[in-house]
Amino acid sequence: MTTASLTPTATPQRQESWVHRNRQTLAPWLFLAPGILFFLFYVIFPIYQSFNISLYQWDGLGEPQYIGLENYRELATDRAFEVSLWNNLKWLVLYLLAIPGGLFIALFLNQTVTGIRIYKSLFFFPFVISQVVVGLVFTWFYDPTFGLLNSLLGVVGLGPINVLGDPTLATYGIILAGLWPQVAYCMILYLTGLNAVDPEQVEAARLDGARGWRMLWYVILPQLRPATFIAFVVTIIGALRSFDLISIMTNGGPFGSTRVLSFYMFEKALSEYGFRMGYGAAIAVVLFLIMLVFIAYFLFSMWRDEREARR
Amino acid sequence: MPIRKTPLAAAFALSTALVMPAGASDLSGTLTIFSDMSNPAPRAVMEDMVARFEEMHPDLEIELTVIDREAYKTQIRNFLTANPPDVANWYAANRMRPYVAAGLFEDVSDLWMEPEIAENLASTKGAMTLDGKQWGVPYTYYQWGVYYREDIYNDLGLEEPTDWETFKSNCQAILDSGVKCFTIGTKFLWTAGGWFDYLNMRTNGYDFHMALTNGEVEWTDDRVRQTFANWRELIDMGAFVDNHQSYSWQEALPFMVNGEAAAYLMGNFAVAPLRDAGLGVDQLDFYQFPAINADVELAEDAPTDTFHIPSGAENKEAARAFLRFVVSAENQTIINSGDALGQLPVNAQSSVDDDEMLNQGFEMLSSNSPGGIAQFFDRDAPAEMASVAMEGFQEFMVFPDNLEDILGRLEQARQRIY
Repeated sequence: MTTASLTPTATPQRQESWVHRNRQTLAPWLFLAPGILFFLFYVIFPIYQSFNISLYQWDGLGEPQYIGLENYRELATDRAFEVSLWNNLKWLVLYLLAIPGGLFIALFLNQTVTGIRIYKSLFFFPFVISQVVVGLVFTWFYDPTFGLLNSLLGVVGLGPINVLGDPTLATYGIILAGLWPQVAYCMILYLTGLNAVDPEQVEAARLDGARGWRMLWYVILPQLRPATFIAFVVTIIGALRSFDLISIMTNGGPFGSTRVLSFYMFEKALSEYGFRMGYGAAIAVVLFLIMLVFIAYFLFSMWRDEREARR
Repeated sequence: MPIRKTPLAAAFALSTALVMPAGASDLSGTLTIFSDMSNPAPRAVMEDMVARFEEMHPDLEIELTVIDREAYKTQIRNFLTANPPDVANWYAANRMRPYVAAGLFEDVSDLWMEPEIAENLASTKGAMTLDGKQWGVPYTYYQWGVYYREDIYNDLGLEEPTDWETFKSNCQAILDSGVKCFTIGTKFLWTAGGWFDYLNMRTNGYDFHMALTNGEVEWTDDRVRQTFANWRELIDMGAFVDNHQSYSWQEALPFMVNGEAAAYLMGNFAVAPLRDAGLGVDQLDFYQFPAINADVELAEDAPTDTFHIPSGAENKEAARAFLRFVVSAENQTIINSGDALGQLPVNAQSSVDDDEMLNQGFEMLSSNSPGGIAQFFDRDAPAEMASVAMEGFQEFMVFPDNLEDILGRLEQARQRIY
């Protein structure tokens, strides 16, 4: 090539645009930009707003009035808040029963019999129907005068009980209703997990004489770890989000004994007798901090797994 | 008095009667109305009312938006601030307070100065008044009272009670025959508020009740305790249906229809579903809640539904004309008739539909309620106090022994809220 032709090609190279030079770094950011923007606007900003509003006394109409930590001080003495907090804890602990429940149904259904697909879909059915319908079905089931539960109890000679009308039983009654679809969800997670279990390992374990519980505990369960992790995540989040069942089945009653934080926040901030935005926001902040513990744990364990995978 | 005029004839009579003196045909522009009258019958009433008003003012264009009644309760906050209509529905008494306090409702005291309104609507003026001014006009109200199974009472040879002793002895007789005295469903709490209203107004009188709902009296006061003691007498007798905390007010109706409970303390809106369920004229009747303390005057609950002008309205002249039209005697007769709302007209010059319950209710409210007319617990008390208190009432009805604890809680709430 002649020198005359070299010069013109060299010049554009020197004048190469900044965008062109940095495209390797820019491209991922460009692709991430819409997601980041939406995340900032719809997640981060509202979190900041909730924190901010929780420092004010505001009915949603007039001028917000700054009252510092007064809302939190009131929360500390609010018995309804205390009840909600305990109920949240009950939900968190008892809802986890869905994981072993789902696992055993999955193990039971993980066989090749004619028509097993029909059985599997029947077991999965409760997760497909809406929570509202689940709530209504269980409300009728528990109904003190014509409910199926009391008819069944009557057969074995036990007195009628009003599950949803008794403040000591109502929360457990709702959790049981919530477990029905949640067990189905965990079951489907484990069914897919069981497909990925290595048959050679099972074979080898069998040759070594492992069976029954030992086989399950030392061979099958370790291979199901990813499924267990996901089941754990969705169940914890499901427990903290419990709202629709409570709203449908008891509306927080009797006398506020079945409220959880999310429902109490809704009542205080947005329901017919509410519109204490600051107080509602303070409850939301507490709920957020509780969730943050779990979210941090999940993120940490995901980060750890990824780091190990890279090694 | 029965109404036998067709709506068209009535509308014609109305337009000829009103257009001339008001000289209102000069109204023009657009009138936007947001309404919560979304149930089938009220919706038809609202649409008919708008059509008749439009006919009177041909130059005026009316835009009517009907919003679901429950959704309206939260939406009103948004549209009053962001996009106010010219006329909006709401409720009387303390329910207006947040919007009046925020300056979102127009002061319409000038309308209440006009003799036409001042003379004929005097009975509801108190309910529309806050801080000495009027903030809207009523369009309908309905009585509360005891609706009972006439046939069960007749079988047992019982009379409508007018005093507390007969009320209780009647109840005992009913219980002895294996029937509950009262049905109630307290799942959504407010039904228990109705019982508290009546027991407290009968025990301590209207003025005390208003002072209590205004936060001027302690909940731990002995007079309040007396109200609960009276209530407890009924609870200990087993007067109310079991498991009422699990039912809504509609779910409590079948007890009365099936004859498992003899009476229901309710608003007049319970009559339609009871009749639809098959209770005939000789099976269903009404009586006023009897006196408990002979020294206090009888007072009644009669919740009032209202129209208001948002302060941000654009066509306030037309809005005022519409409010005048709504409360006019003729329109009141039409919209409250049995085939429309089936409730009581607010205008003293209107005629009440010839209905057994409405006649008794009208009679009771106009001549036998000297103590005053209350709106209802959750409209007289501020929303927050109402929700805490009604929850306490429900708990009391299930666990009367918790009374001390409940009253302490209510008193704590009172000190914080007012």
